[in-house]
Amino acid sequence: MPEVKNRQAVTGAQAVANAMRQINPDVVAAYPITPQTPVVEYFAQYVADGLADTEMIPVESEHSAMSAVVGAAAAGARAMTATAANGLALMHEIVYIAASSRLPIVMPVANRALSGPINIHCDHSDAMAERDSGWIQLWAENAQEAYDFTIMAIRLAEHEDIRLPVMVNFDGFIISHGVEVVDFLDDEVVKKFVGEPKVKYPLLDVDNPVTHGPLDLYDYYFEHKRQQIEAMKHVYKVFNKVAEEFAKISGRKYNILDAYKVEDAEYVMIALGSTAGTIKYTVDLLREEGHKVGVIKPQIFRPFPKTELQGLLNGRKAVIVLDRSASFGAEAPLYEAVKSSLYELAVKPQLGSYVYGLGGRDIKIEHIRKAFEDAFAGNLIADEERYLGLRE
Amino acid sequence: MALNIMQLAVKFADKNPGITQGHRLCPGCAAPNVAKFALMTAEALGYTPVVGFATGCMEVSTTIYPYTAWNIPYIHNAFENAAATVSGVETAYRALLKRGRLVDPNKKYAFFAFGGDGGTYDIGLQSLSGAVERGHKFIYIVYDNEGYMNTGNQRSGATPPGSQTTTQPVGKKLPGKIQLKKNLVEIMASHENVYVATVSTSEPMDFFKKIEKALEFDGPSFIAAMSPCVRFWRVNDDKAVEISKLAVETGYWPLYEVERGVYKITKKVKELKPVREFLEKQGRFRNLLKRPDADEIINELQEYITRRWERLLALEEATKDKPIR
Repeated sequence: MPEVKNRQAVTGAQAVANAMRQINPDVVAAYPITPQTPVVEYFAQYVADGLADTEMIPVESEHSAMSAVVGAAAAGARAMTATAANGLALMHEIVYIAASSRLPIVMPVANRALSGPINIHCDHSDAMAERDSGWIQLWAENAQEAYDFTIMAIRLAEHEDIRLPVMVNFDGFIISHGVEVVDFLDDEVVKKFVGEPKVKYPLLDVDNPVTHGPLDLYDYYFEHKRQQIEAMKHVYKVFNKVAEEFAKISGRKYNILDAYKVEDAEYVMIALGSTAGTIKYTVDLLREEGHKVGVIKPQIFRPFPKTELQGLLNGRKAVIVLDRSASFGAEAPLYEAVKSSLYELAVKPQLGSYVYGLGGRDIKIEHIRKAFEDAFAGNLIADEERYLGLRE
Repeated sequence: MALNIMQLAVKFADKNPGITQGHRLCPGCAAPNVAKFALMTAEALGYTPVVGFATGCMEVSTTIYPYTAWNIPYIHNAFENAAATVSGVETAYRALLKRGRLVDPNKKYAFFAFGGDGGTYDIGLQSLSGAVERGHKFIYIVYDNEGYMNTGNQRSGATPPGSQTTTQPVGKKLPGKIQLKKNLVEIMASHENVYVATVSTSEPMDFFKKIEKALEFDGPSFIAAMSPCVRFWRVNDDKAVEISKLAVETGYWPLYEVERGVYKITKKVKELKPVREFLEKQGRFRNLLKRPDADEIINELQEYITRRWERLLALEEATKDKPIR
């Protein structure tokens, strides 16, 4: 493992901004929105201080941020932005266009509840609204992962078998504003890892003019969508390769699924983001009491790691899924995806769906314990959505 | 560098400037000439144009996959973001130039963004204003056909009163659009560092000169081009230039420019023709003209046009040699 040279206590936002400084993209277009704001503030300061020589576009809206980033990426630049919640929703239209144009944009998202009523705190409704947009979604548990994934995302997005944009999700406030110890890589190491941007059909190659974003009618549109579907299929393979290389420079090895004490677990909880850390802690406590419990945190939510989940969940007694967003009139998004994955198993575990933490509501050890205890008692109903930390 | 007509004639004798034949715009549409006039000026002056387009007639009819009518770099993103998209392209240009990654750094790039009136006066105004305020070096050109023609003649902020549209039709009870056309040129001229001009394809030399000025202006430019839609203006498809000319002669579409706050009328019409002449030549005002309150609406429009013209003359006098910066 390489020697840790740069260990600092920073907020997640600063960790992400520092990753962006080290990546030193050609263009960053961004608009401030809570809780993403400190990311662009830190980054703007780095640029103002000459620590990154990125061309920044301080746009007048998130819609224009994503539009400008699409223009810059199509032009042949390595382009980034960052956002959250309503900002991401305002980008929505162009989020799809970025993916459809196969532009390798990387965008950290400080996850936050999507209004209304207006709420600035963490949940996952913003990213979930984009889950079918064609973007790869990475989900960080803490500031370290938010930093690492931002760097890894560049390689993933620009890989010739993929060429799709990547969202790096990290919980608003909990990660973005919480201070943690982060091991930073050396600037040169990051620079070498991300390498020079690999550009396809750049608009600014004026001697070989291309038409970006044409009108695509029913005679070709379907085939183009099919190509996007195909590109998504390469993500796991490339992620593992990138993760291996990243482990060499950092000593931190990431898998598609972060499985904690799952090997012999009879009861497995699944959650995205920072809550996985709280669950890990609870798992430790329950293990001391003799319960065979574990937790799985998907590092990638899109494409959904179905096969990998099936491999890990086969033969378990019960699977409990925690969602930090609701899907009105349907099952919560992570639960729905997990449940559908398990349909193909010969022996299906018991399933339970728990929605928690909407609008920044705290999730506590006793909530997680309660959900596990429901499972121990055989009291899980696959068709029932339950709530943790809700006053009823 | 002064442009002359011979340069254009020689350069484009056997070559299309930017937009080529084979597009699927309606016969007689003025829009391709708007793009052509701008791009041929740029190319004749040694610039390499890069074009961004807002969703609209020009965009859908020139790039039907797998074909394209563009022989220069072209990007379409969405309806309301041509200015933001091109600001990204222009910024990428500066970034790549700085970092030595531009394929041909010796070329003189010119960045154009085009939009129809819907994508410019209405839904795209925010991104246009933002891009101009930030000072990106690009030329935004609105081809103004006074309605959402791509979707079938709906009302826009550029639609004049009494014009037949499908979302505010002239009916038994309502006289169509009541409001005057939004004065976008003045809105754009109010940005602090900008070159703004109106052009018409009926006045090509004036058009070329203004594009030349825009190309050489140190900052963003906004050009508003009169661009009749022969289909929904209900005029014959050989009438776009003629009707544009009448728009200029009646003062309906005054040709002027504003450079950092300094006004200049570039075509001084000695005596404005009555706007009624302009309206009567088009089928889109036929229903208006049949209404009992037609005179009232036309007089109001006439009064506005006359006052605006007088105001322009006064502004020209008042702002002479007094640029804002």
